Amino acid sequence: MQHDPSRTSYYVGDDFYQSVVDSYSEWQSDDMEITDPALRDSCRMLLEKEARLLDQNRLDDWLTLYVPECLYWVPATPHGGDPRTEIAVCFDDRRRIEDRIYRLQNEFAWSQHPVSRTARLISNVSAFSTSDENVLMLRSTFLTTEFQAGDKRTYTGWYGHKIGSEEGEWKILVKQVNLIDCDQNLRNLSIIL
Amino acid sequence: MTPDDSFNSGVARPTADQFDFNELIFEDRVHQRIYTEEAVFREEMRKIFAGVWVYLAHESQIPENDDFVASKLGLRPIIVVRDSTGRIRALYNRCTHRGATVCRQQQGSAKSFACPYHGWSYFNSGKISGVPWPDGYADDFSDPKYNLAQVPRVQSYRGFIFGTLNPDMPPLEEYLGGVKKPLDEWLDRHPGGTLSFCDANRLKFNGNWKLLYDNSADGYHVIFSHRSLLAMENRLVEGNDEDKGMAYYKSSPDNAPFYVKVFENGHHYKDKRPAVDTSPGGLWNIEGPHPGMEHYEALIREKLGDKAGSVLDLASSEPVNINVFPNLHILGNHVQVSQPISLTETDTTWWGTAVIDEKDELHGCVDAVNALRMRTQESFPNFGELDDLMNFEQIQAGLAGVEDEWVYMHRGFGIPDRIKRDTDGYLIGPPTDEVFLRETMQVYKNLMMSEPNLIIERDIEAAAE
Repeated sequence: MQHDPSRTSYYVGDDFYQSVVDSYSEWQSDDMEITDPALRDSCRMLLEKEARLLDQNRLDDWLTLYVPECLYWVPATPHGGDPRTEIAVCFDDRRRIEDRIYRLQNEFAWSQHPVSRTARLISNVSAFSTSDENVLMLRSTFLTTEFQAGDKRTYTGWYGHKIGSEEGEWKILVKQVNLIDCDQNLRNLSIIL
Repeated sequence: MTPDDSFNSGVARPTADQFDFNELIFEDRVHQRIYTEEAVFREEMRKIFAGVWVYLAHESQIPENDDFVASKLGLRPIIVVRDSTGRIRALYNRCTHRGATVCRQQQGSAKSFACPYHGWSYFNSGKISGVPWPDGYADDFSDPKYNLAQVPRVQSYRGFIFGTLNPDMPPLEEYLGGVKKPLDEWLDRHPGGTLSFCDANRLKFNGNWKLLYDNSADGYHVIFSHRSLLAMENRLVEGNDEDKGMAYYKSSPDNAPFYVKVFENGHHYKDKRPAVDTSPGGLWNIEGPHPGMEHYEALIREKLGDKAGSVLDLASSEPVNINVFPNLHILGNHVQVSQPISLTETDTTWWGTAVIDEKDELHGCVDAVNALRMRTQESFPNFGELDDLMNFEQIQAGLAGVEDEWVYMHRGFGIPDRIKRDTDGYLIGPPTDEVFLRETMQVYKNLMMSEPNLIIERDIEAAAE
């Protein structure tokens, strides 16, 4: 790799944006759905592991599930939108995810004082093959309950994970978080969804 | 007590008239009750969020005739529409018949609105177009009293649409007064002096709307409230790199060359430009890290050479806070709008803005600038504003200790020569001064102690002049 994506962001350019937009259009087709239980189960295990690490607030371990040139994307529009011309709730490249983790681990992030407790449910996992045999797209439904500063609230929606096989292990390329209320005013969304 | 008793129990609930604002608002402090009393909030929704010019929407949200966008004037649901003749109106989203909302979409295009309840329908001018089975009425519905109510005065300033129910308000431009100048400067950085909205970061907090306005020119909180943001933005800074973001607040900001300025009618302005290098590319140099930063910077520099700096500055956060009382804030490249929901709930929507470049003044770089600008704008709502909002919520929580009456805003008060006047007569103070807050509270007090004339209009020719 020519540049370290933890320090510089050369990979987020027109080609990257286009590949993200393309990956997230027209991918949930019945004929591409994977029926092999073992393969599906390996995808489910990845998502469950991710949820567990986030619930345990093991953010550095969580990030090891991602490839170096990754994306964490929470669109502000129900259709996902085009991130080149629209503001997103979050559109984090590798460096910004590391920024986010750094801030959450900084004791002066008042929106996380005290630190949230979360419990994530993930269900309805379906996997879809893509034109690249090493890349799969996953759709899952989530229900995350957060307790923080005396308040309990929920985030609901579906995840679209783009995952790739790396030395026999799944790694996350892109995580798209589709909140059912993404276009509404949200209170203190400071956790990673 | 039975439920029936409680309905008419005679428990005295205060009205705002029962408060003497001379006893609640002093030069140096205000009483906690202005943040905690329902009666005060109800009166604010009349005397302020109807009695003065209130920001409603941006023209780029309704670019074509027949476009509409939902908004609110205080708690009143409003449809801001560019009617079929091109006139911008603010219609009450309330059927004249029985009161149901006639438009339930956030945004769209429609020549008319039909009430889902009994089918009364209205042209987008507000004029009634028909009711089902009209022979069941003795009236012929030609009386304008059946038209949708509308905000009688709707005016725009350079794309920003405001409305008021108060016929005694001066014209919008006069109400804006001195704040027009920084607003003009902020807009004129862009090709054509214009821009368009491009979706938003939408946040809310459990606190009174004034807590947000109180903070809007506050330079005192920055290094404390935003300590995690400043550390984050500077974590990769090394060697001779310049400090990023609002690092200029770090040491003795009151001795630095930037300032807070107070205009008429509660508007104010934090101008941080004198604290930073504003030569071309200067703003870009102090931007914290953003997705795509190095990629697009290289692309723009390769394309434009020496001219790249000023183009990159358009993707940078403009170091100003322009606050238009009571609900509009311009900061960085954001248009931040605050919307009271209840006494203790406030929505704050950070509209992103995109550059429009019809004459190619950016030499083919507008898409790259906007791709950068989306990401720079997502930073503060994610990593800064959330900490502010938590502090506002915790003020609301603290104010529940009602015997502890006073909220102080006297930083700078009573220190000779600390506050000066500029050549236009506007007060200027050091960046951490609370003079902007004291002055706004006097405007607020005057508004709350007078009774505005509030009207609605149904005559479609008279409305929205």
